[in-house]
Amino acid sequence: MTAKKFMFVNRKAPFGTIYALESLEVVLITATFDQDVSLVFVDDGVYEIVKGQNPKGIGIKNHAPTYRALDGYDVEKLYVERESMQARGLTEADLLVDVEVLSSAEMADLMAEQDVVLSF
Amino acid sequence: MKFGLLVSEGPYTHQASDTAYQFAVAALAKGHEVQRVFFYHDGVYNATRLTEPPQDDRHIVNRWSALKEKHDVDLVVCVAAALRRGIKDEVLAPGFRISGLGQLVDSGIKSDRFVTFGD
Repeated sequence: MTAKKFMFVNRKAPFGTIYALESLEVVLITATFDQDVSLVFVDDGVYEIVKGQNPKGIGIKNHAPTYRALDGYDVEKLYVERESMQARGLTEADLLVDVEVLSSAEMADLMAEQDVVLSF
Repeated sequence: MKFGLLVSEGPYTHQASDTAYQFAVAALAKGHEVQRVFFYHDGVYNATRLTEPPQDDRHIVNRWSALKEKHDVDLVVCVAAALRRGIKDEVLAPGFRISGLGQLVDSGIKSDRFVTFGD
């Protein structure tokens, strides 16, 4: 069976809700199914991959290092929406993983190519 | 067409579960197949038989159970998300089953369209 294109759209801040963490859990499982996985970071989701996260003070485990381990699962397609990044005063230098920065129009094209889009 | 559904929010607070249910009923009425409904995040709360809404309100949990009964729709609750939130076999409403996230991926692979209902 040929692999399907799975896209995970991360829209929420890393803490405050559980979406970022539970999205990451699905990403890891999907990778074990040998599917073509991409991750997208838009809106506050961009904050999920910002360097220097330390949630110790709020008593929540830091899951940010997992993003750096994704290439070990052959998950290497990471995309950030330029408009979301700029609106938050961030640049690629602020991010803890290598990403491809796309305009929202380019992002829309990429989404249109997917078989399965999961939004968290 | 074969649909896979994901429900990411609990009942009542969010409309996601209602919309997913209405989507499933409409799809079945049109002759489509609902291959699976997967419950994740707070969506796992859709599966507890301890749910008791006021009598004049819809019973979201029983409605899902009835869908399984009538159309044999596979209702799967994510085990990791469920255990985090105290949802175990002993509180599971009829028709639901607890399984792994692999069932979510499997649904994405096997369905023609995969539709997410969340916040």
